[in-house]
Amino acid sequence: MTTTTRERAGSLFRRHGALLVLGALLVIGTLAFDSFTTPANLGNIATASSFLAIVAVGMTFVIISGGIDLSVGSLFVLGGVLAAYGSRYGVVVALLLPLVVCGVFGLVQGVIIARTRMAPFIVTLAGLLAARGLMLSLTDEGATTYLVEDDLFASIGQGAVLDVGYPFLVMLAILAVAVVFLQRTGFGQNVYAIGGNEDAAALMGVPVARTKIVVYLTSGLLAGLAGALNAARLSSGVTILGIGMELDVIAAVVIGGTLLTGGAGGLGGTIAGALLLGVIQNLINQIPGLSSSFQQVVSGAFLAAVVITHRVLGGVRDDDS
Amino acid sequence: MLETDGVRKAFPGVTALDGVSFSLGTGEVHALVGENGAGKSTLIKVLTGVYRADAGQVRYRGEPVSFASPLDAQRAGIATIYQEVNLVPQMSVARNLFLGREPRGRFGLIDFAAMRERAGEVLRGYGIGSDVRRPLGSLGLGAQQMVALARAIEAHAQVVVMDEPTSSLQPREVDRLFRAIGDLRGQGRSVVYVSHRLEELYRICDRVTVLRDGRLVHTGPLAGLDRLRLISLMLGRDLDAVRSEGLTRFAERARSHAAPLLRATNLSRRHVLDEVSLAVRPGEIVGLGGLLGSGRSETAKAIAGALPLDSGGVSVAGEAVPPGSVGSAIRAGINLLPEDRKAEGIVATLSVRENIALAALPRLSRAGIVSEGDVDRVVDRFMRRLRIKAAGPGQPVGELSGGNQQKVLLARWLAMNPRVLLLDEPTRGIDVGAKAEVQVLIDELAEEGLAVLLISSDLEELVEGSQRVVVLRDGAVVGELSGADVTEEKIMAAIAGTTDD
Repeated sequence: MTTTTRERAGSLFRRHGALLVLGALLVIGTLAFDSFTTPANLGNIATASSFLAIVAVGMTFVIISGGIDLSVGSLFVLGGVLAAYGSRYGVVVALLLPLVVCGVFGLVQGVIIARTRMAPFIVTLAGLLAARGLMLSLTDEGATTYLVEDDLFASIGQGAVLDVGYPFLVMLAILAVAVVFLQRTGFGQNVYAIGGNEDAAALMGVPVARTKIVVYLTSGLLAGLAGALNAARLSSGVTILGIGMELDVIAAVVIGGTLLTGGAGGLGGTIAGALLLGVIQNLINQIPGLSSSFQQVVSGAFLAAVVITHRVLGGVRDDDS
Repeated sequence: MLETDGVRKAFPGVTALDGVSFSLGTGEVHALVGENGAGKSTLIKVLTGVYRADAGQVRYRGEPVSFASPLDAQRAGIATIYQEVNLVPQMSVARNLFLGREPRGRFGLIDFAAMRERAGEVLRGYGIGSDVRRPLGSLGLGAQQMVALARAIEAHAQVVVMDEPTSSLQPREVDRLFRAIGDLRGQGRSVVYVSHRLEELYRICDRVTVLRDGRLVHTGPLAGLDRLRLISLMLGRDLDAVRSEGLTRFAERARSHAAPLLRATNLSRRHVLDEVSLAVRPGEIVGLGGLLGSGRSETAKAIAGALPLDSGGVSVAGEAVPPGSVGSAIRAGINLLPEDRKAEGIVATLSVRENIALAALPRLSRAGIVSEGDVDRVVDRFMRRLRIKAAGPGQPVGELSGGNQQKVLLARWLAMNPRVLLLDEPTRGIDVGAKAEVQVLIDELAEEGLAVLLISSDLEELVEGSQRVVVLRDGAVVGELSGADVTEEKIMAAIAGTTDD
């Protein structure tokens, strides 16, 4: 009946574990490498992590609602290509084109998932393939790379305030809005309720279909936006970067303490998870002679450690109930 | 207030409602009764917007309505409290209470401080004093039910439909619920009350409607309606047959003096069980009494190897059962019929046939190849013997009524030729007819030499069904009654801790 220390530790770890480890890694990085705690390097980590973080914000909504969105990696790439292509018509088109197209992808996926009750895994897998195919047909199988031709648009990705790039600021703004929506509006409550117990939510009058559609729409929009920002930063619509990104995004969300089964989690952890992945990559790059591919090994091991810790600390209640 | 006129609803292979004209008055508590499969659930779902009638009309406040969804019905003022609590366990109590109607503060954002304060206030009115920030799932089932009720009433429901609301409540909570229902009646709101507990119906209901096989067979005031007459209406049998068979009467049997078949010694687990010991002889039904949370279900789980123990052991016919393993318990002949059949027992998407054969498959196969003929024989035998009502062995279990699901589970374990049966609330939530059948069945099984441990919150069932009753409180044995001492009063006294020993 009373919460045990172990349960409290479990819940604490799930909510703030990513932040704690992030803090620890920052301390280790500072002690180990002189070049780590420079404003330029930290700013670089923050900027480089913001794209993943923006996509992960959308994914957090999806996963809390009990779903999954595998299409975000493809939509990220597609968004980048469309933004670079659109930049020849000015900054407005460069931003709107990817948002509209990726938004439509998200919307269609959401409608299919909500109305036909098909598994999100399959529907968004189809979305992943469709978006990738569209991107390949736009770029002659990846042979054509569109360059960003609008300076104003490029500056959104490349500008910085005190070493912190604009994309990070955009990410913070999105985060702030998203936190308010998730925690302080009826929509957010509905997302948690659907992920917790969809049948009960429907019986309590939660508009399940509408909520799901909005969730997948949001995820598609944010993936497209992140792709566009990335294109602005790189001055071109790169066709390779971002393929397979959906798995990193899911990793960031899970490391951040959101349960893959839905119903529990939060955005703070997700951002910490995304930054954590960025810091790990940066630290590994600092170690001479270590290939940067090694980052995936470490991230993977870390993800496994997080999930096992959740299980060990948080799974106690399951046995007793 | 709310009425149906000639409502018809059919599902593939079965007509669930056939021309039902039901009428609920203002400020009335209306009992809706019938056996499982009689169409109660379907009628409720038609009233509350889950299903739409194939034919006929639903009228609310005199106007024809056609609710597209439960949300639609709720907005119109018709709320439902379901048998299995339908809230979100991971969300806090306060959030569950106010989901969809959260108090708003500045900029239309949710005001959590106000929500918590209001939730605490509301729930104290229902006798729930726990922290409203706790996840709902950490509360007891009874408390969760009260939250569901409070939620409906807070939403200004004019009609509250309650489907077996007391099946997981303590007597004290039932009293509180009935006071709340009385308040609703006083405010001119109406209640549709579905329950299998006849005493409850007579305590609070004004009128009664009886459904049988999808048809309305009786509607009228409850006062003055003889209890046996009501039961005969539900069962569709004549009065004399009901009277002679009895309702919850298990056959009397002399006490067995054989050596215990099942013996549990000093079962202990910190905070859960404290040195629980008990023994059951072959052919004996031993009741396990106590309040919810007293360790009844945990004792059964421990014996079945599903609950890790700090110390203590179980033996069958003198042979120790390796602890902590469900597999070795089953090999020793111990089978548990769990309390929560939805979560721990049936596989809803599998067919009746597959569910029955599931545990017995190793027995029904040679060299890993399942003999389909043997499976069919076993399934056929138990479907007939337990009178399982299904379209056929291929029907998914999820489509059956509660009583029939329970019978499928029972069949699954009987197919294993068990020696010890642990039954956790075997008749909870199933209708009078099926209940009597299950009880008779339990008795027959004991007669065949099985050792049966029966857990029930229904004292009457405990007293009539068991030769001995072991009473638990706070995870420890606080009394054991046998012979003439097995009475409801003595059990309650033991639970309350007022006995001399």
